[in-house]
Amino acid sequence: MSTTTYLISGAALPDGSRTDILLKDGLIAELGTGLSAAGAERIDANGLVALPGLVDLHTHLREPGYEQSETVLSGTRAAAAGGFTAVFAMANTSPVADTAGVVEQVLSLGEQSGYATVQPIGAVTVGLGGERLAELGAMAASRARVRVFSDDGSCVWDPVLMRRALEYVKSFDGVIAQHAQEPRLTVGAQMNEGAVSGELGLTGWPAVAEESIIARDVLLAEHVGSRLHICHVSTAGSVDVLRWAKARGIRVTAEVTPHHLLLDEELVRSFDARYKVNPPLRRREDVLALREALADGTIDIVATDHAPHPVESKDCEWDAAANGMVGLESALSVVHASVVETDQLGWADVARVLSSAPAAIGRISSHGQGIVAGASAQVTLYDPNASRDFSTADLAGQGVNSPYIGRTLPGRVLATFHNGAATVLDGMLRPSDEVGAASQKAAHV
Amino acid sequence: MRHLLSTRDLGREGAIRLLDVAEDMADTQQREVKKLPTLRGKTVVNLFFEDSTRTRISFEAAAKRLSADVINFSAKGSSVSKGESLKDTAQTLQAMGADAVVIRHPASGAPQTLATSGWIDAGILNAGDGTHEHPTQALLDAFTIRKRVHGDASRGRGLDGLSVTIVGDILHSRVARSNVWLLTTLGATVTLVAPPTLVPVDTRLWPVTVGYDLDEAITAGPDVVMMLRIQAERMHDAFFPNTREYARRWGLGDGRLARLEPTTIVMHPGPMNRGLEISAAAADSPMSTVREQVTNGVSVRMAALYLLLSGDREN
Repeated sequence: MSTTTYLISGAALPDGSRTDILLKDGLIAELGTGLSAAGAERIDANGLVALPGLVDLHTHLREPGYEQSETVLSGTRAAAAGGFTAVFAMANTSPVADTAGVVEQVLSLGEQSGYATVQPIGAVTVGLGGERLAELGAMAASRARVRVFSDDGSCVWDPVLMRRALEYVKSFDGVIAQHAQEPRLTVGAQMNEGAVSGELGLTGWPAVAEESIIARDVLLAEHVGSRLHICHVSTAGSVDVLRWAKARGIRVTAEVTPHHLLLDEELVRSFDARYKVNPPLRRREDVLALREALADGTIDIVATDHAPHPVESKDCEWDAAANGMVGLESALSVVHASVVETDQLGWADVARVLSSAPAAIGRISSHGQGIVAGASAQVTLYDPNASRDFSTADLAGQGVNSPYIGRTLPGRVLATFHNGAATVLDGMLRPSDEVGAASQKAAHV
Repeated sequence: MRHLLSTRDLGREGAIRLLDVAEDMADTQQREVKKLPTLRGKTVVNLFFEDSTRTRISFEAAAKRLSADVINFSAKGSSVSKGESLKDTAQTLQAMGADAVVIRHPASGAPQTLATSGWIDAGILNAGDGTHEHPTQALLDAFTIRKRVHGDASRGRGLDGLSVTIVGDILHSRVARSNVWLLTTLGATVTLVAPPTLVPVDTRLWPVTVGYDLDEAITAGPDVVMMLRIQAERMHDAFFPNTREYARRWGLGDGRLARLEPTTIVMHPGPMNRGLEISAAAADSPMSTVREQVTNGVSVRMAALYLLLSGDREN
């Protein structure tokens, strides 16, 4: 069985050249101008940018255990709406993804959904407890082929444990994705520590709590010759440490979230809990340093840290609110607004930081290959000239905790193709039964 | 006045107006019958998520002297301690027809959240939120200073030319924050003196001078010295080594009291730790305004409730 054949005509590739793209049997079958549309559903892509399907290295899908916040199905629908074809599911579920059983369950749920490839991330320590290593090898050898391990939400604080984890995953080319947050320096932290926190009387989350852990861990990674990835880098000082580490040849990669590229701590003055996130929104100087670091390659990728929460977790006083923002649906537009409109990144760079580089860090092969003949058919069509007043209607997951509601954002995802099947067409999600069926068929080719 | 959430966004004119209304209220409190009919039929809810008997009874006295109906809602031992959210509490008060809510809450910003959430239409009066603001405390402090300095000629005046030194745990003090904004808005010069551990890391945007040496600050001859309550528990978090060292370096002891000009005003928002941040002699000296502050608190809170609940409720 094969999926529908699509002929995308007149799309602009990230390098600016124009081409038709034929998607057939789950592959990008052919590129060129004037391709034949016989038997294919034709999609007019004049004026649209064709990007390789986006890959998110940092998504919270919440299932199993927190289905009131998000499920694999709802989270991958959010992903598809945002132009993503693969998401890495963070391990802080309940039960925690610290065994082969849980990561295989998450993998299966992703296969059933069909909206995006779900690549589970494994916990570094049992129950995210920071005390004993989880069964990293079993997760790596499982059907889920886990290569990224993270206690995200908690820092692997114990330096010995961090060293061992870095060493251990070398045997299967794994990477430790560190949530860099010195716990003692951030007890009760509510927002970035600085001028605004002092004024508002909110307990500060000092930049040094992130920077000191990154500094320690790049040195550990150098010492044991391992791969290290830093989650959600948020400060100018962290950028300096990373720049130094990379110049030294240390194998470290780093991500920045869309919200840290666009928003700053001044928003906290509203005490609107939609702006509460960990790491917190920082100063404008940090935002600008992060943009520069993404442009010069010090930061390798953009990852959403999509963190859905039920309404009541945000509809309350600041201290009581949960940390986190949903980000999959808005990520591309926010990157567009923060670094493309400022001419710091072109579309080829966007394809790198949101597709090929995260796929490479996470070691998944069916994504991030770019739009080339023979590659898996992961394609996103984006209208860069659109503009939208972002609202809950733009959200496709269960969470409505988006900081962009009420803002005008550039661009719009008009189509997403995952393994050759449309998950979004004409800017609308395709129905779950259709997408799920296409996914089942593709699995049995 | 729609709400009173902070002194940060109180302009000079608005602040002086409130202090002048408080003068009127204070005058009425000299009469034999202290009660005014002004807020008859209005319901004021004291919504206290933290224990604070002093502040609550001050608000209660203020509301009652204006003939408002007062409901005291203490979160301790109520449904709130069983997990009811601020939103549900607010909606309950809305359903009961509260006209004003006086809220004390341990979370900074909770009054602002209440005022902007749409959960409740009542005017919101911040009676202290976390380590953010305590606007009526600052207003009563300003009132007290103005009264001591200008006496019966206080009406219409600010605090221009006066120097105020605030001493103690600035980091955790909502009283200090509210005073910094209000006193400078009214024209005073403010100096903060504290151990470096108890000053926010970045005060560049605050219109104040920060110092660490109380003796130096006293030598400068301030018009007002305001001592803040220090919580002994802070020493467990290593903010300072112990209470004896704190008292020696940052307490207003008898030696320092003697070096102050006799016209200096010594203030404390209460409750005091005698022997720690302030000596008994300092607390009880004629320079001290501690009891005046309490008296003036009622007048200032009457003024705040009056402005909140009578006349136009503009946004």
